[in-house]
Amino acid sequence: MSLHFELVTPARLVRSEEVHMVVVPGTDGEFGVLEGHAPFMSTVKDGSIKVYKSAGSAPEEIKVQGGFAEVGVNGLTVLAEHVEG
Amino acid sequence: MASLKELKGRINSVKSTQKITKAKQMVAAAKLRKAQAAAEAARPYASRLAEVMGSLATKVAGQDNGPLLMRGTGSDKRHLLVVVNTDKGLCGGLNSNLVKEAKIQARALEAAGKTVTFYLVGKKGRAPIKRDYPNGIAAGYDTSTVRTPGFDEASAIAHELIAMFEAGKFDVAHLIAPVFKNALTQLPVTTQLIPVPAPAVKSEGGSVVEYEPSEEEILEELLPRYVTTQVFGALLEREASEQGASMTAMDNATRNAGDLINKLTIQYNRSRQAAITTELIEIIAGAEAL
Repeated sequence: MSLHFELVTPARLVRSEEVHMVVVPGTDGEFGVLEGHAPFMSTVKDGSIKVYKSAGSAPEEIKVQGGFAEVGVNGLTVLAEHVEG
Repeated sequence: MASLKELKGRINSVKSTQKITKAKQMVAAAKLRKAQAAAEAARPYASRLAEVMGSLATKVAGQDNGPLLMRGTGSDKRHLLVVVNTDKGLCGGLNSNLVKEAKIQARALEAAGKTVTFYLVGKKGRAPIKRDYPNGIAAGYDTSTVRTPGFDEASAIAHELIAMFEAGKFDVAHLIAPVFKNALTQLPVTTQLIPVPAPAVKSEGGSVVEYEPSEEEILEELLPRYVTTQVFGALLEREASEQGASMTAMDNATRNAGDLINKLTIQYNRSRQAAITTELIEIIAGAEAL
């Protein structure tokens, strides 16, 4: 019952972990990704990604700038140009 | 025959040169490790982006109204060669190999009746290319102002290239950059940058992917990013190649200096011995004469 979440920037692999849910700021609106999400691809606007480690836990926010989010069989991959912190 | 004092001076001078080359070698070795780690760290992004590109490109391929960066301008008359050189010397034949590769490509293109212009990244390629193509250098980018060129520099270069492309200054762009194999070999490699060649990645059939916004719009945004990543990769490879080549060249220089010191020391000892012998002979001859 977990989603594999990867956050990659050109310089390094920032995150690669199992989480409960991730909320991504897509260009056409925010979307949440849970395990078993249908294949999906979207551009990401500047904003913060909210990572929920487990159901009901407080989200961890990661600020990102520009990029792509791809949901496939292997989970969610976010390719961001810049990541803060 | 050089005098004893002259020989001593030369030995000391070679010794201090050896100290410098040795220090430079050790610095390059340390920097090489860092550069290699950086190149390693950039790989996941590049490979993922190529995957996404591949699956998108196969969907959009075949359509005439694809993005300009993908289908090109429709002609291939004017070529731009983006040559990535280092900013500093003392790295063996790296830069001259790159320039040689660039000139070979330029000559081949000119023989085929195309026009060639250059876009130069890094300081070291400027002079030798300018010598052969005084009017051929369209623009350049100076990376010497920052310590380690990063994604921001790559992004600036890519944006300038894309702006030039959209302004209709060239039809095809090739990237000539070193590829780091190991500390001994760095090969200059030419890859097509613009129009973006469709990567030969097979899309995983079966699953239907939803796109938001449309596939074309995503591709439109993805292509400049792909070009940036290519340039960024070239900058990282250049960094690793420069340090690798520098390490090898300085290792050779240190060894040569050592050989030279040995040779000079032998010469020094011989002439010292000769001087002592002549002195002794003079003294003995003087004593016998009495």
